[in-house]
Amino acid sequence: MSAEAVGLTLYFVQIATLGAIYAVIALGLNVNWGFSGLMNAGIAGFVAIGAYTSAILTAPNGAGQLGAFGWPLWAAWLAAMGAAGVLALVMGTITVNLRSDYLAIATLGIAEILRLIVRNEDWLTGGPLGVTPLARPFESYGNPWAPVLFLLLLLAIVAVVYWLAERAIRSPWGRVQRALRENEAAAAAMGKDVRNFRLQSFVLGATFMGLGGAMLAHFSKYMSPDVVDPLTTTFLVWVMLIAGGSGNNRGAIIGAFLIWGIWAATDFLTAYLPSDVATRAAYLRLFLIGLALQIILIRRPEGLIGERPPRPADGR
Amino acid sequence: MIEVRNLVKRFGGFTAVDGCSLTVETGSLTGLIGPNGAGKTTLFNTIAGTYRPDGGQVLLDGADVGGMPPHVLFRRGLVRTFQIPHEFSRMTVTENLCVPVPGQSGENLFAAWFGWGRIAREEAAIRKRALEVLEFLNLSHVADHQAGRLSGGQKKLVEIGRAIMSGAKTILLDEPAAGVNRALLGTLTEDIRRLHRQGYTFLLIEHDMDMIAALCDPIYVMAEGKVLAQGTMAEIRADARVREAYLGHGMSADGATGGAARAGRA
Repeated sequence: MSAEAVGLTLYFVQIATLGAIYAVIALGLNVNWGFSGLMNAGIAGFVAIGAYTSAILTAPNGAGQLGAFGWPLWAAWLAAMGAAGVLALVMGTITVNLRSDYLAIATLGIAEILRLIVRNEDWLTGGPLGVTPLARPFESYGNPWAPVLFLLLLLAIVAVVYWLAERAIRSPWGRVQRALRENEAAAAAMGKDVRNFRLQSFVLGATFMGLGGAMLAHFSKYMSPDVVDPLTTTFLVWVMLIAGGSGNNRGAIIGAFLIWGIWAATDFLTAYLPSDVATRAAYLRLFLIGLALQIILIRRPEGLIGERPPRPADGR
Repeated sequence: MIEVRNLVKRFGGFTAVDGCSLTVETGSLTGLIGPNGAGKTTLFNTIAGTYRPDGGQVLLDGADVGGMPPHVLFRRGLVRTFQIPHEFSRMTVTENLCVPVPGQSGENLFAAWFGWGRIAREEAAIRKRALEVLEFLNLSHVADHQAGRLSGGQKKLVEIGRAIMSGAKTILLDEPAAGVNRALLGTLTEDIRRLHRQGYTFLLIEHDMDMIAALCDPIYVMAEGKVLAQGTMAEIRADARVREAYLGHGMSADGATGGAARAGRA
């Protein structure tokens, strides 16, 4: 392959890799919002805690942060899921009884608090400098095999997370979640402990988001507060889920790849614009994504592939 | 058996239920009527666990269950329906009926992931039972429809179907006739009667006097937060205090009251 072809391939591999990371995070949001109607606006917080957990546990002691634990990657990623889950458990115990919009405000606020903590607690997170360097698996294979193998690993993880989410929604557990999304009072009258079920959904979704964060950290090879900007994590993930089809796991994955593809393509195109236009184009891009969201919500609120009643468990 | 003893429920300075006592005998079809604002719905919601009582007791088979949340009362065999249908609207009718079945191992997330075979067996049995109940309620033709798209009357039947699926033997019915067309009303009344014969205990709040007269014995009349009278329909109709309570609100106490009260609320 010519150098140019390799470069282009690597570019698409990189876009697909981030698409896979977003797919895991969007599946997490689908568990919260699509299954249970929990309006989680603090995605960035769960992604951040997963990312920093894995970063701190694996990084060599470099930038003055807590570190040098030397955990293997798989253990650190499981720990990232655990940390996000524990955070969700604590947060959820306090806030999960809130109605949807209030829950959104509460989760948004807590995510912002977390962002301030990671920015300022240098001893733990390296502050604005972040945690670096982080290992990315398969690095020793060199280009182009290292990024391709990493992408395949992440796609395998997407498949596992999809399977977990799909089993969950098709099971009686998922049926209870959808029931309490539709009508909380009736779900309670039908013997369901609404608070407990909501908490389970909140924690499961956060666990996926934490895993996505850990994947993101090792993709970026460093972890700083900018990596988990609320704009590109929380907001963009919402657009992905709504565009793909809330309540549908496949929709979440398709939405993640599609919206990330559009986001990356517009980035690619603005690079060809004159520099003074290009700086403004970055804001135009944001505007266009917001506009796209409005159009989807008005014209096709169910997304590309909307929710369908899951196949019954006994009809395999 | 439900025994309500001197139940009190206040909202701020307003006492909605003011020392109410009534008994729903096992196997009875007990009615609860009264003019608007009498406190029926508050009493009902307090029995159903939606509100915590401010005084008095609610005994379910002898145990004090006052203040227990709805899902705990459900486990003790008490289930309710709603006046405004609370169907799970973006779920199919069959799914609606599958939700309340108690003891589903698939409601545990880890079982859902790693015990699929067992869940599939349970689900097959649950769905079979749900289809039987739909058959009983004449809803088989809408089994796979989204519940939100049904008519008001069909939604009421779905509510009753969920109550049957719950396995509870005591069912609180909150105005089952409200919003149901005349044609379906006869079916609904007949369904309740058939279930009663099968051994279910009912407490029924209703404004539709035809339904109350056709089904209930005994009937309690509430006014201003208290039980005013109790007895058969004939006894209630003959009771001067009952007439006064209704007439005080500009209505007559004969069979036409149902229609008048319903029109008044609309």
